[in-house]
Amino acid sequence: MTNTAIPGAPGETLESPATAKAMAGGIKLRRYGSWYVAEHRLRSMRSYLQTMIATGIGTPVLYLYAMGVGLATLVDADQGQGLDKVSYLIFVAPALICSAALTIATEEFSYPIMLGFKWNPTFFGMNAAGLQGGQIINGVTYSVIIRLVVQSSVYYLFMLLFHAIPSPLGWLSIFVAVLTGTAIGTLLMAYATRLEEDKGQFNYIMRFGIIPLTLFSGTFFPLAALPTWLHWIGWISPLWHGTELARVFAFNYPEPIWLTVIHVLYLIVLTWVGWWLARRLAIRRLNK
Amino acid sequence: MCLVQLWNKCALLLIAFIFVPSPSIPVVKATELVKKYKEFSAVDGISFEIASGESFGFLGPNGAGKSTTMRMIGAVSTRTSGELSVVGLDPNNYGPEIRSQLGVVPQSDNLDTELRVRENLIVYGRYFGLGRSFLSSKADELLEFAQLKDKAKERIDDLSGGMKRRLTIARALINDPRILLLDEPTTGLDPQARHILWDRLFRLKEQGTTLILTTHYMDEAEQLCDRLVVIDKGKIMAEGSPASLIRKYSSREVLELRFGSEHNAKVAKKVDGIGERVEVLPDRILIYSENGEATLKQITDLGLNPLTSLVRRSSLEDVFLRLTGRSLIE
Repeated sequence: MTNTAIPGAPGETLESPATAKAMAGGIKLRRYGSWYVAEHRLRSMRSYLQTMIATGIGTPVLYLYAMGVGLATLVDADQGQGLDKVSYLIFVAPALICSAALTIATEEFSYPIMLGFKWNPTFFGMNAAGLQGGQIINGVTYSVIIRLVVQSSVYYLFMLLFHAIPSPLGWLSIFVAVLTGTAIGTLLMAYATRLEEDKGQFNYIMRFGIIPLTLFSGTFFPLAALPTWLHWIGWISPLWHGTELARVFAFNYPEPIWLTVIHVLYLIVLTWVGWWLARRLAIRRLNK
Repeated sequence: MCLVQLWNKCALLLIAFIFVPSPSIPVVKATELVKKYKEFSAVDGISFEIASGESFGFLGPNGAGKSTTMRMIGAVSTRTSGELSVVGLDPNNYGPEIRSQLGVVPQSDNLDTELRVRENLIVYGRYFGLGRSFLSSKADELLEFAQLKDKAKERIDDLSGGMKRRLTIARALINDPRILLLDEPTTGLDPQARHILWDRLFRLKEQGTTLILTTHYMDEAEQLCDRLVVIDKGKIMAEGSPASLIRKYSSREVLELRFGSEHNAKVAKKVDGIGERVEVLPDRILIYSENGEATLKQITDLGLNPLTSLVRRSSLEDVFLRLTGRSLIE
């Protein structure tokens, strides 16, 4: 039997054709595994495609109409020039796109993770088929990012239709919204990866975490309108950072450059920390 | 050298090539394999080899360490110590490579309930990087094999337990695996579904697929395994073919007697010395002998009249009882 060096495995030797076949079989898995998971997740999303389309179109139409035609009339009349020298619709639209992305990210990074690990343990099937824990988390994240990009793009189109984006850089709010979603979503994914049993924790997170965050993150009114002792909620809230950043791109929002940089860095760091934690926890959970 | 001598030499070489078996390289080799969860040893220093094309079983009760061993072979669980090689590679370093050559049928089905039957096969095939057009025809072929062609567009939740199991096996074959790992493949299935599954597994065995399975069903082990290890509390108690294990650890026949649960223990003292060995279980007495009918006559000659009596051939259950003093299904 001839011994041949295995590519990429210093010191190891090839024992048989079976070993060589295995080495060849592993190349694609290691290289594209994350995308195979993303493909699976996107296929699974088709089972609730109708809901996705309904919320994807219904949410921007309803919110922009309610805010732009309803509430905006009152606010603009009361404030004269609206808020921050723009109409209320223009002020609130960047917050709405970020908030919508946050809601989707919260859904996609919580229950589907619990589903894959616990209720319908497909992640164990993926792992048995050769995909690694980190790839599974990557794949889920990619698929959610794709959904967020599509959803936020649709939202952006409706914002254009409602004349809610005066700046030519407004399209960047699509990516700010995605980043806002992942900043909270990946942390939630890490939590879901660790969770052995759902005793309503996700409900609590939604009711006492996400919804209050939406109310106190400078979404519907500037953070400055809140008492000073509540400002910290905005400072730690990814939604506030996302909303402020989206406003910078959507209209001439007065903000120092250093603060804009902090918004970007804060969202990126949170996304990275959540992603990294989820990968580590998934690897540990799958290796029983 | 004359032509006749040359011919003879060639003929001898040809005969040697055809009939002398080449040393078979094990597809799985474990040496002193250990898996610990904190202080508890789920697998406690087991060693075994599995040859290519062999049908190999781990027989033991629940909690014996069978599934843990399977997970280590399947390269999804890191061993605590010992050596393990699967298709010549160390699972700790080459998990994806090894898993690309495996088909895995887990103890609990993990089919994706959000996808239809055929989609489950295609999505699983994509995990191995197989092309969509190849998978389309492969999925049809496997649905035929699993007798599920008419269920291709059904929801997973609409399938029976046996159908789900067959689909899981079909899914495990999507990458034409060199080794098929089956963890308790027929647990929870009715007899008819079990026999259909066994038939499918036989076909795979005939095609040369290496089957590695765990079971606590002795009939399954006898039906499917060329060779098996009896495992209990993480240790290997015995190893061999089903027939050789029965020959070594049991008699040819077993006489099962029931005198009523309150009387079995008392009667056991009276039948002591009859047959090769007597085992007293809570619900019955087992007498091991070469001729069950003759032994039964000895019992009735003693004036003992059991409520029921049954003469059967020895099984792996008896081997397990002999080795561990416990029944396989408790």
